[in-house]
Amino acid sequence: MRSAGNVRHWPAEGLTRVPYWVYCDSDLVEQEQERIFAGATWSFLCLAADLPAPNTYCRSNLGMMPVVVTRDQAGDLHAFENRCAHRGSLLVLSEKGEARDITCVYHNWCYDLAGNLTAVAFRKGLGGKGGMPAECRPEAHGPRKLRLQALCGLVFGTLSAQTPPLERYLGPDILARINRVMRAPVKLLGSYSQMLPSNWKLYMENVKDSYHASLLHTFFTTFRLNRLSQKGAIVVSECGGHHVSYSLAADSGGKEYEQAGMRSAQQGFGLEDPTLLDSVDEFGDGIGLQILSVFPNFVLQQTRNSLAVRRLVPQGLQKSELVWTCFGFTLDDEEMTERRLRQANLIGPAGYISMEDGAAPSFVQRAVATASDLVSVVEMGGADTTSQDNRVTEAAVRGFWKSYREHMQL
Amino acid sequence: MNIDLQLRVQNLNARYVETIDENKLELWPDLFTAEGCYRVTTADNFERGLPLALIYASSRAMLRDRVRSLREANVYEAQRYRHVIGPALIGAEHDGQVQAQTSFMVARIMHTGEVTLFATGCYRDRVVLGASGAEARFAEKIVILDSRLIDTLLAIPL
Repeated sequence: MRSAGNVRHWPAEGLTRVPYWVYCDSDLVEQEQERIFAGATWSFLCLAADLPAPNTYCRSNLGMMPVVVTRDQAGDLHAFENRCAHRGSLLVLSEKGEARDITCVYHNWCYDLAGNLTAVAFRKGLGGKGGMPAECRPEAHGPRKLRLQALCGLVFGTLSAQTPPLERYLGPDILARINRVMRAPVKLLGSYSQMLPSNWKLYMENVKDSYHASLLHTFFTTFRLNRLSQKGAIVVSECGGHHVSYSLAADSGGKEYEQAGMRSAQQGFGLEDPTLLDSVDEFGDGIGLQILSVFPNFVLQQTRNSLAVRRLVPQGLQKSELVWTCFGFTLDDEEMTERRLRQANLIGPAGYISMEDGAAPSFVQRAVATASDLVSVVEMGGADTTSQDNRVTEAAVRGFWKSYREHMQL
Repeated sequence: MNIDLQLRVQNLNARYVETIDENKLELWPDLFTAEGCYRVTTADNFERGLPLALIYASSRAMLRDRVRSLREANVYEAQRYRHVIGPALIGAEHDGQVQAQTSFMVARIMHTGEVTLFATGCYRDRVVLGASGAEARFAEKIVILDSRLIDTLLAIPL
């Protein structure tokens, strides 16, 4: 790895050290696009419910690459680069909509919903003049097509022929945990976006860091929604890149936080209107919190009855957009929907327990800008990336770097 | 135009903005009725009929909980807002209530000195006028953000 003429090497300690240049070197942006997002990985694109009917489309991204996802007349899903074969203009400008075909506004080149070029305006010229030579094959410059796989209403895409089938990419443990949440047809409740002033990797690390959750997010801890003393576990996939962290809703009742005098264990903090936290054990297993991530850009979250998918979109070196979509199930009654909406107060940019996650990665980004040659210490729970029956560990963070280094050949 | 009505709503709006911009958040819930509803959503969700909100409170007690959490539990960098609000467009009075619609822009001022245009949008309010002489209150306030994008986090209410 080269930056400003220096050769970059990963620290000899391996996964327990993360060099700060991974968040600061601008060369990496292009390499990550090529080797990770356009490489042998599955990126989350959208929910199948975002395309509710035939002849609909929505915009998404494969890393930094703009993508269109469509549902054609027959109901089949497609995804392709949002770039015209002609001069490279964006093909689709609206976030979502209905269309039987897609026409580039610049010069009216036309595509079907599978991304095939079907018509070129004035291809044969006008009155025998102008037009395109008969031997020209603009179809050969068409937008790159993604391979798609839908899993329980989640739509993933990849550009690489080398990416293994999604089920194998995820592994059985992650697959089972996705199935646990995505157990019925989805009903969209709404979405919003959060602009994170940090490199995308810092947010993914934050998601995989079960160690911080109860320490930074004091709302969580004080209401015993999540303490590390609650029974829980962390599961890291074989490749390292995917993880699940979960905890039971019931608390062991321990006083470890109070005894240690931690900031997050303030006394006497109770809700005046506790209906906010009214929840039901809808999955029947007592698990109150499950955070699942798939390398490189996807998070599936169950916080009590608040369910959401989060899609991370890198926007250059120091900026990323996090797109949240909250959902319930089509079978939910009014009471259940109301419960999900109330508990949505816990999540998102204004969430009682997640607002800090918008800022914490930027605290790192701002501090390490002048520390490229130094490293962070990731040794909670040892040095490996194996699953553990506790959450006082950074195994999933190390797992992220294991996967990252493999794709980046670092 | 009912000037008295217009002034009462305008006064409520001015007091609303003051509690936030002058960091008197403890007074903010009192501008709502006991069962007052407060929602912050995006124009996109609102127009598509999707019920999700960024902040959703269905009682004054929930608003007080939010203020307490901001004061005691949540971690965010020191910041303040400056609201600029437009004139309220007021509907006809009905059962002691009026609908009001008011545009707003909010600048966010960080402790670092950075000033940014943080949010723009529209308040769609249901205002309870109360007995004459009593102060008007919000029975419902829907904050509709023009953009779906929030920069970093939304701690202080809009």
